[in-house]
Amino acid sequence: MSTWLKRQGFKPDITVAAFFAVVAIFFYGSILWTFYMSLTRSTLIPKYEIVGFDQYFDLFTNQRWLVSCLNMVIFGVFYMVGTLAFGTLLAVLADRRIKAESFFRTIFLYPLAVSLIITGLSWRWLLDPTTGLQALIRGIGWETFTFDWLTRPDRAIYTLVIAGIWHSAGLVMVIVLAGLRGIDNDLWKAIRMEGIPLWRAYCQVIFPGMRPVIASCVVLLMSEVIRGYDLIIAMTKGGPGISTEMPAKFAVDFYFARVNLGLASAASIMMLALSLIMLMPYFYSEFRRRS
Amino acid sequence: MSSISLRQIKKSFGALTILHSVDMEIDKGEFIVILGPSGCGKSTLLNVIAGLDACDEGQIVIEGKDVSGLEPSERGLAMVFQSYALFPAMTVRRNLSFGMEIAGTPKATVVEKVAWVAKLLQIEALLDRKPAQLSGGQRQRVAIGRALVRSSSICLFDEPLSNLDAKLRAETRVELKQLHETLGSTMIYVTHDQIEAMTMADRVAVMHKGKVEQFAHPQSIYEKPASLFVAGFVGSPAMNFIDGRLDGSGRFLTGDIAIGTDAYAFEERQPSGEIVLGIRCEDVTVVDRGAPESIPASLAFTELLGADALGWFDCLGKRLSVRLGIKAARSMRKEVGLRFDMSKASLFSRASERRL
Ligand SMILES: Nc1ncnc2c1ncn2[C@@H]1O[C@H](COP(=O)(O)OP(=O)(O)OP(=O)(O)O)[C@@H](O)[C@H]1O
Ligand SMILES: [Mg+2]
Repeated sequence: MSTWLKRQGFKPDITVAAFFAVVAIFFYGSILWTFYMSLTRSTLIPKYEIVGFDQYFDLFTNQRWLVSCLNMVIFGVFYMVGTLAFGTLLAVLADRRIKAESFFRTIFLYPLAVSLIITGLSWRWLLDPTTGLQALIRGIGWETFTFDWLTRPDRAIYTLVIAGIWHSAGLVMVIVLAGLRGIDNDLWKAIRMEGIPLWRAYCQVIFPGMRPVIASCVVLLMSEVIRGYDLIIAMTKGGPGISTEMPAKFAVDFYFARVNLGLASAASIMMLALSLIMLMPYFYSEFRRRS
Repeated sequence: MSSISLRQIKKSFGALTILHSVDMEIDKGEFIVILGPSGCGKSTLLNVIAGLDACDEGQIVIEGKDVSGLEPSERGLAMVFQSYALFPAMTVRRNLSFGMEIAGTPKATVVEKVAWVAKLLQIEALLDRKPAQLSGGQRQRVAIGRALVRSSSICLFDEPLSNLDAKLRAETRVELKQLHETLGSTMIYVTHDQIEAMTMADRVAVMHKGKVEQFAHPQSIYEKPASLFVAGFVGSPAMNFIDGRLDGSGRFLTGDIAIGTDAYAFEERQPSGEIVLGIRCEDVTVVDRGAPESIPASLAFTELLGADALGWFDCLGKRLSVRLGIKAARSMRKEVGLRFDMSKASLFSRASERRL
């Protein structure tokens, strides 16, 4: 039996090769095809005549694309900082063994199980001045209460931030909590022996020692930012005006609604490039640690 | 004046009592080793002394001051942990200085102390490295350094050498002992390694199931173990035990053999009843079969240990170890007699398991 297995030693390679072939064709193949399309003037139907980087010039003179990129940066910064801070705070509270820890953990983890569409719809309802929070508080008797960010072009983006944080804080909490639970008990004892105040212990000893954990969170959140689509569709549909447009929505709109395959492909490739650039520091530090 | 006194320390985790009334008086500058098998409560006792665990009952007095209610950092102690517990993201230098920084020590003093301890422990070349870039032995030095810069007169160690390989452990053991002599501070050192206990300690506290069974100089722990547990735990190979009775005229009876106990210094008058005789392998001599005051035995096998050898004999239904010279071991006959040196034996009551 075992010699038979040994003779069949190449079998696992074949299994894995099939998997790699699928990845190669559908993942990298699609990327290559998209890149090819971005070099053409394709509209509804692919055209195969290469015109160079025209679509990229068009893209970067397109007002809507530029606003999308700016929005992504604003959303990204606030969303990532907010989620990390809030999720970490929750993890620390859970780690300090506040009462009813499992209750809170469940509460904060639930949003993650809810699809972004439902999250978006709920928050839209909650933040809509005529049906949600504002209407409710005015109904109680505070007639002048105003919370209409959802309908204000300069503020709508922050409602996305709030909903995003609500959705993802639980994820950061469980990841950071797992990291905190892995901290050697002796380290905590040493911290107590030295009389280090709790907040300094976390900021200067514990979290710096958990860099890989934090980096994982950042990478996860970053990919969430770059491919952010569902939440916008459910909450603002890019509005009011184009004030909450984002690159992923731009690409989808140009693929399907505006049938401009070439420009949409150029936008997709730019998003891919952006992802790679953003992940660069992570890969770099990983690489440096290995060698 | 004693440096530390522990008065009737009790500690339980839930229904499980870990420490049953521990009392200890530790003098200034002593090197105390707490020795015991795994799970006997050594770390718990050390944590209670340090204040990392609160004790349920009892009092801890350090240099004349009751510290039972104080935070660990206020007790004037330093501690070294088994897993080193260095601050992972800080350089060695900062690991050493961080505690002082927290305590608000002036900058110049901090620099001076770090330099002093780095020189003392020969870690000057490592000061700018992170803990992850150090070997186990180097990490242990840094951990010891971090404890020393606290300049407390009392230092606690919880199995600091157990993660090191055998050679490094032996070297560090010697260095720690020298360090103790240089600094003259009181040290309490927890281990389950009896060689560490025997070689380093001024006094050893042998713990068993949350009680201190004996607290004495290592040599008297070896020669005059206070209980059956201590006798069996300390020494390698383990002490030989033979069950028997003590008759009215003070003879030890086992099977159809009687051994006189005139040479034995009893701690209490006229004991009798069921007892256990304990004898170390080096206190047994091999004589001819049938010689007076000897017990018939037959050789099972011998082990050569380099400097000397061990002979294992079947005798009175037990297997006893006897330390032999290499020559004697090679030419050992099968059927012999064994004679015990009763002045060096230990007798224990079967009921109380205490020394008689
Ligand atoms: N936080 C805790 N909760 C419940 N039981 C505990 C706790 N800490 C320790 N114990 C129990 O107390 C007993 C003594 O533990 P302790 O750590 O003092 O042993 P030890 O003598 O240091 O052993 P070792 O040599 O393995 O370190 C063990 O049975 C352990 O299971
Ligand atoms: Mg222990």
